[in-house]
Amino acid sequence: MSMYDMKKLAALVKELEDQLMVCMRCGMCQAVCPVFAETGREADVARGKLALLEGLIQEMFNDPKGVNERLSRCLLCGSCAANCPSGVKVLDIFLKARTILVGYMGLHPAKRIVFRGMLAHPELFNSLVKSASRIQSFFVKPADDLLGTSCARFLFPLAERHIKTFAPVSFLSRTRQPDTSAVSGLKVGFYVGCMIDKVYPDIGDAVLSALKHSGVGVLLPDEQGCCGIPALSSGDLKTFQKLVRYNLQRFSPGDFDYLVTACATCTSTIKKLWPMFADELSEVEKSKVRELAEKTMDISQFLVEKSGVVMPNSSYEGGKAILTYHDPCHLKKSLGIAAQPRALLCANSRYVFKEMSEPDRCCGCGGSFNLQYYGISASIGKRKRDSIVQTGCSTVATSCPACMLQISDMLSQAGERIQVKHAIEIYADSLE
Amino acid sequence: MAENKLVNKFGEILGKENVFQDDADRLAYSYDAAVLDSCLPSIVLRPTTSEALGQAVRLCNENALPTTVRGSGTNLSGGTIPKPGGVVIVTTALNEILEINEEDLYAVVQPGVITAKFAAAVEARGLFYPPDPGSQAVSTLGGNVAENAGGLRGLRYGVTRDYVMGIEFFDVNGELVKSGARTVKCVTGYNLAGLLVGSEGTLGVFNKIILKLIPMPAASKAMMAVFSEVSKASETVSAIIANRIVPVTLELMDNFTIRAVEDYAHVGLPVDAGALLLIEVDGHPAQVEDDAAKVEALCRQMGAMRVRVAQDAQERDKVWEARRAALSALSRIKPTTVLEDATVPRSKIPAMIRAIGEISRKFDLTIGTFGHAGDGNLHPTILTDRRNKEEWARVEQAIDAIFEEALALGGTLSGEHGIGTAKSKYMEKETSRATILYSRRIKAALDPKNILNPGKIIGE
Repeated sequence: MSMYDMKKLAALVKELEDQLMVCMRCGMCQAVCPVFAETGREADVARGKLALLEGLIQEMFNDPKGVNERLSRCLLCGSCAANCPSGVKVLDIFLKARTILVGYMGLHPAKRIVFRGMLAHPELFNSLVKSASRIQSFFVKPADDLLGTSCARFLFPLAERHIKTFAPVSFLSRTRQPDTSAVSGLKVGFYVGCMIDKVYPDIGDAVLSALKHSGVGVLLPDEQGCCGIPALSSGDLKTFQKLVRYNLQRFSPGDFDYLVTACATCTSTIKKLWPMFADELSEVEKSKVRELAEKTMDISQFLVEKSGVVMPNSSYEGGKAILTYHDPCHLKKSLGIAAQPRALLCANSRYVFKEMSEPDRCCGCGGSFNLQYYGISASIGKRKRDSIVQTGCSTVATSCPACMLQISDMLSQAGERIQVKHAIEIYADSLE
Repeated sequence: MAENKLVNKFGEILGKENVFQDDADRLAYSYDAAVLDSCLPSIVLRPTTSEALGQAVRLCNENALPTTVRGSGTNLSGGTIPKPGGVVIVTTALNEILEINEEDLYAVVQPGVITAKFAAAVEARGLFYPPDPGSQAVSTLGGNVAENAGGLRGLRYGVTRDYVMGIEFFDVNGELVKSGARTVKCVTGYNLAGLLVGSEGTLGVFNKIILKLIPMPAASKAMMAVFSEVSKASETVSAIIANRIVPVTLELMDNFTIRAVEDYAHVGLPVDAGALLLIEVDGHPAQVEDDAAKVEALCRQMGAMRVRVAQDAQERDKVWEARRAALSALSRIKPTTVLEDATVPRSKIPAMIRAIGEISRKFDLTIGTFGHAGDGNLHPTILTDRRNKEEWARVEQAIDAIFEEALALGGTLSGEHGIGTAKSKYMEKETSRATILYSRRIKAALDPKNILNPGKIIGE
């Protein structure tokens, strides 16, 4: 018999029963799941995973480890939920299930070290990354100058990946609190997020210059913490809650009108997951979380809806380059934001905008999914790469640094000379 | 599966990566879209070549293993739920469109091709494959043929059966049997393809299917007619057909469904209407104009409160958005959605709708009705919670009552969802004892060890 107590596990998972019942097993999620499109395995699609959880409740089998493994074969892209006829809250269920299963079985030792030992302590984490950025050139060598990617000098542990290395100096350690005088009367908090802080600091600069141009005041606390999604998606609720608390201390909703981010994943996490997993916070913290969630906006949404997009270099009459856009799942499927980043792109008259086929198809990154299942992640990414290349563009823009990482890897490995930019960078360029 | 030798043999035939044995993987093939109990298979096979498929079937037969072939598992009558301890053969890796012939208007496909992808590939060549079951975005053509699937366009264009020109299938010994041809006419031998259509995986395992294609209609026009009462709407259906007009689609929604859709999708439906008819005509542009005008006039003549004819593609989408949202809207009301498809001659639609209303009151259940009024194929949809044992007992009685009523009106148990295990107990009532025995004799002759989807359609 297994080491697991079936009854106890069934009781824990039963918490999800009401939400699981909503699934009528119609299987329509098979049409849109990027992982299923590659593997064709029912356990990889939402209906299969939901059936596995149901199976644990019904005590049909006793393999929480097997279920957790299969739950982790998911990009959390939300394509299934966006396409679900009966409205199953798939991501809520999967994230809760991961925390339940990990709570029951314990966190994987390596993840325990990374999440609880490092990520949960932002000051320590920041200084570790700082040290890593100094010695990384020992491990990697440049791969593509245009994309700014690198590949491993030795095969382990990056394999064939073309990665973006840590920036020499992180955004937050090189940026001072900007002048907060606000001509527009609007003031925002800027939640930077790990990827922009440590890998793509230029995006941070672009955000600040766009806000400055619109006369928006900015509050930029230093030593910001991770939004918690890497921990939560691995079922580590403890680290997630610790990070939420840490960030609550740095961002007080009363200090600004809106909280902006340039990372689709951070935006969606703060807006949706912080309130959803706030059970163990105090009442005061809960109300702060709710307020922050309401005030949080993607930078393009803020500019388009709140401060107004400036049409700057309309006098430009030189040759125009083709620009396309990839919709991050956490922006379009999670928050319904798709028109706003495109509005920013069209403000730059140096480009002609051309839509790619299936612009909202997931790029296959999925955060830690990419680390665990690089093969599947890369084959999904190659479809995205092909859609990008077919437009004949010289630049592809998106709104999530995680998507940028994945798209850069795919383009770089194929030797495609296409720049990967954040939409706000394209917009900020036009302001100069 | 206890016998490692056999598992190894399957591995040799299919490649180890296509043999699923873990509990979690097997559990994911224990159900389909029917509201029925799951059954855990002992092994799941996913062949990637025809040869492997044939050899797998043969090995199953040699070892007397109950074998259920599964496409995307969207079956609504339990046809793809395996026997406990049986084998599931998944066809989704056999997904090549082998040929689209524009001169001779046919296509040859493997069984795992997705219906909507096939329809799109055909349309890209200016041709048309009409069958459009509700699950077409994910369903496989093999599954469609095995179930003789229908869809919204059945009224004018017929169902899957009408597009099957030939089938090449494996018998239980893994030998290839060929029936039908790439020609419009073919009387060579028994019509085995005809026997296999709708056989729900009980008589053979499809390897290739030859499908008929037709030219794409040049124009179409959609409209929505609003009625104060269901009876007026259904009389209008009869009037349209009686006037020798055969629309592509002639869909009906009752008041409960209208309100559910409006609550969910906010598409501007008249919530006080007794019923809606959603109608589309297609064909030559001149004929479409003519038919649309006649249908509109007929609707008004029959007492429609309002008729809205879609003026452009956007308005047309709007009309169909309401219909597409029907199942979603209903399924969100309660946890369990039981979608039935008892079908009656179309002139009996008013009587059937009345009967469903009475059944809903008698058993105190929430039932929304929508469906293909043009071909008499309604979808009374019972909204319930399966965990509520007392209510579930009433649901089962209501289902019995719906079938009784459909049969009493000269109708049939299933228009398009199949019999599977869900309706096999009613089979004799519609047909006869002799029919069941005749069918069982065919089954016993072709599948002596009774390995192909045992228990489906004709029981055991």
